[in-house]
Amino acid sequence: MLLNQFLILGAVLFAIGVYGVLARRNGVMVLMSIELMLNAVNINLVAFGVQHGVVSGQVFAVFVIAVAAAEVGVGLAIVLLLYRNRRSINVEDFDLMRG
Amino acid sequence: MVAQNIFFGVIAAIVVVSALRMVTTRNIVHAALYLVAVLAGLGALYILLTAEFVATTQVLVYIGAVMVLFLFGIMLTKAPLGGVMEMTGAQWPIAAVVSLLIGGVTVYSLMARFGSDRLTSDGPIFRTADVSDEVFSTYIVPFEAVSVLLLAALIGAIVLARKD
Amino acid sequence: MWMLENAFIIPLIPAISFVVILLFGKRFIGPDRVHVVGITALGLVWVLSALAAFQWTQRVEHPPPDAVVQMASHADDHADDHADDHADDHADDHADDHVVVSENNSGDAHGGGHSSPLIRPVISTFSQWWSNGGIEFSVGTLVDGLTVLLLIVVASISLLVHIYSTEYVKDDRRYVHYYAFLSLFTAAMLFFVMAQNIVQLIVGWELVGVCSFVLIGHWWEEKPNTDAALKAFLTNRVGDIGLLVGIIVLWGTFQTFDIDAINTLIAADPGAHHLALLVAACCLMAAVASKSGQFPLHTWLPDAMAGPTPVSALIHAATMVVAGVYMIARLYPVFYEGLSVGTSSINLMAFIGGFTALIGAALAFAQWDIKKVLAYSTVSQLGYMVMALGVGAWTAAIFHLFTHAFFKACLFLGAGSVSHAAHHTFDMRKMGGLKKDMPHTYRTFVISSLALAGIFPFAGFWSKDEILLGSLVGQKNSYPLMLIFGCVVAVMTAAYMTRVIWYTFHGEFRGEGHPHESPKMMTTPLWILAGMAVIAGVFNLPGPVLEPFGLEGLAHRIQTYVEPSVYLSGLGLSHPDPSLTMALVGLALAVSGIVVTYLYYWRRVGLHGMTERNRYAKNGYTFLENKYYLDHLYNDVIVETVKRPIANWANRVNQNVLDRVVDRAGETARDTGRWIYKWIDQGAIDGSVNAAARGADSSGEGLRAIQSGKIQNYGQLLFGSAAVLAIVFVIVV
Repeated sequence: MLLNQFLILGAVLFAIGVYGVLARRNGVMVLMSIELMLNAVNINLVAFGVQHGVVSGQVFAVFVIAVAAAEVGVGLAIVLLLYRNRRSINVEDFDLMRG
Repeated sequence: MVAQNIFFGVIAAIVVVSALRMVTTRNIVHAALYLVAVLAGLGALYILLTAEFVATTQVLVYIGAVMVLFLFGIMLTKAPLGGVMEMTGAQWPIAAVVSLLIGGVTVYSLMARFGSDRLTSDGPIFRTADVSDEVFSTYIVPFEAVSVLLLAALIGAIVLARKD
Repeated sequence: MWMLENAFIIPLIPAISFVVILLFGKRFIGPDRVHVVGITALGLVWVLSALAAFQWTQRVEHPPPDAVVQMASHADDHADDHADDHADDHADDHADDHVVVSENNSGDAHGGGHSSPLIRPVISTFSQWWSNGGIEFSVGTLVDGLTVLLLIVVASISLLVHIYSTEYVKDDRRYVHYYAFLSLFTAAMLFFVMAQNIVQLIVGWELVGVCSFVLIGHWWEEKPNTDAALKAFLTNRVGDIGLLVGIIVLWGTFQTFDIDAINTLIAADPGAHHLALLVAACCLMAAVASKSGQFPLHTWLPDAMAGPTPVSALIHAATMVVAGVYMIARLYPVFYEGLSVGTSSINLMAFIGGFTALIGAALAFAQWDIKKVLAYSTVSQLGYMVMALGVGAWTAAIFHLFTHAFFKACLFLGAGSVSHAAHHTFDMRKMGGLKKDMPHTYRTFVISSLALAGIFPFAGFWSKDEILLGSLVGQKNSYPLMLIFGCVVAVMTAAYMTRVIWYTFHGEFRGEGHPHESPKMMTTPLWILAGMAVIAGVFNLPGPVLEPFGLEGLAHRIQTYVEPSVYLSGLGLSHPDPSLTMALVGLALAVSGIVVTYLYYWRRVGLHGMTERNRYAKNGYTFLENKYYLDHLYNDVIVETVKRPIANWANRVNQNVLDRVVDRAGETARDTGRWIYKWIDQGAIDGSVNAAARGADSSGEGLRAIQSGKIQNYGQLLFGSAAVLAIVFVIVV
């Protein structure tokens, strides 16, 4: 197997995740796309770990999963709070920072 | 080796197609299910890469916990189950261009840099015990930090989400 | 030589004083007694500076063997051998070259026949401050004649200003704060003048800048004061960019920040790196223009007069504004070679200086605010110094810096004294006739004005004469244009100072209340400074003047002690012989300026007693005080009969100035000043600054569209620019 198989798969997933983050209107969907990006990174970590014959790649992948879990928890809490206050999770509705 | 490549091709195709459907579907519950497919496919790829512990964690944490969280999030925000709400914003062409640019430049530089590097097939295989040894020796401090982070996130999520 | 090697103590004392005043001033020392700390510190600084100066003269008179540049090899010098080894390494290669040059130079030096030995500065490096990627930043002191001269000037003026301020800002609500920042300023300025490398130079430069900002805005409750402080700060930022870029260019060229090393390298091999030096010198020139109020960045200086007057005297007349001049003098090889004084017919620096001197002097005519007259005068005199440096008259410029510090500080403190007496106004229209009420202020003010005008035998005469002589003779060619500039400015300086004295001290009192002489704490510094304004010239008297008294040995003291530096000799600078003709011409110009103005004001008093008051009435007082309407008619009659032809012409120029045409010369100068003020200073320069602000405003308005507040738009921009940067990176690498 080529190393590049995994790396390019990761790059493609990452790009798809970026598209999802930028194009989707639903706050939950945005969070899901972020998960996609984090997973794309994980593939790279594990693939490089195998390539170099070290265990650190897997360890960091586990750390990323843990951080992602934390991020989802807080992110969804924020989305819930937004929904409760604004009755909407459409991210285009939130432009209080408009200059 | 051929078998591995075939498996990789099949899984990768499933993953990419599911990911694309996930960011394009109009139904948010479908999107969540496509995400499950992506995550499961990635778990399979971890097995292919001999990373058993990561694969297990992927299934447990992502498909088990995170997806449930997402489904609860979808439910609590009363997202329409059908395609009532237009899920994609008007600016999707810009987003598409940007993501194509990012993907293109990344793929190009990966090709240029790693060209035909092969994965070492005779390298050591790390089992769960090896990972835990590493976590609890070299990476003990980051591990503790991550656990504190999880705790903080837990408390933060509760504080944010509770009704008062 | 202990003091020279441990010169860091000198700025340390006021720095400690700053901390003590700021931390303990209010609680432990008591707000009304903090000046004791400041004055004690400054007294100590003064003593140590004097000691350093004395030790430096000893070093020049009896140079230790390691201090003199030898023929055979470059002396390996200094107490700290490790201090500047790279400087020596560089210098060794070219040691022979520049020593030959210097030998030639000392032969045909100056009239006194005194040959200056070449003394190495005392350099102490204390520690490696920071080292990064092979670049080393060290901290140390460089003490030579120029440094000790500046030490004396800063310490003296600062001490006197501290004493003066005890009365002037008495009962101020931020008395503690005021003294703390006076101390900090002094520390920063002292640190600046003994900077061993250009990074330290920036540190000092910025510190004095921020002190200036704080002290200009001392009374920040009033909007104009804050505006002035901001204007000064922002204008200086413009120059600071130049300073940064120039220093980076210098580093890129010589791979060192060490001032000594840079100067030695250039002096050893003039002509090399010309382009890099040109860029560096132009960038540094921008910094000089902002700090030393050179055209076109001088606009902040008159506004800076919003600060307390002692601050104006210390910072905006005597010390901080000469930082730019000092930097040129310190890095003179960079400017000299970069702008190539010797080969081009018009040197950028000389031209900027000369032009600044001219417009500054013209602007001084148009001002009614006594401090603004003095501010424009400072601009003009700083231009004089820069011009002198531009034509290669290094010593003359430094000499003028020295004398100017004293008499300009005296003038500012005098103005402060006047305002202290006359209800805190600086408007000359509300003064007049203060001569009898304020004899001490009057006398010191006149003495300093004469010194500024360049009247024999006051200090300004000697230094101004040297500058004119320097532009007449030049280094490799003469600078007739600069000579003309210098002469015109000499006349104008004498004239506007006479005008100020007339409006302030003569005629009738036009203000309210009863003016009174200032207390002793204020007049004593005035008299000390006036004394210096009289005698400061003796430090660099030309030889022929002293010969009749058998004191030739005392000639050119500043030249002897301040100048002996390897770098300058490496450039092959020489000194013109003293010229009696030039001295007489300079004196005649100054006297003519005074006489013309005298006739303009005093003669009219005798002839038309009532017109005098009418003139003010015509000039804005009609709007303020209706009691002058009575005299309006009177004035019209006289104007119509006596000065009709000229008045008609002037009427077309400016309705406000129609009847002020007794003396065409004075009138023209004033109109020119006003015109420049209105169209060039306020119109073009301020206008362009305002236009830049408007440009920023409208582009901000345009950029506002991007700030949609939508997170996804930001995300698109973020990822898009990351992608573009990545593509650029891929293509380039």
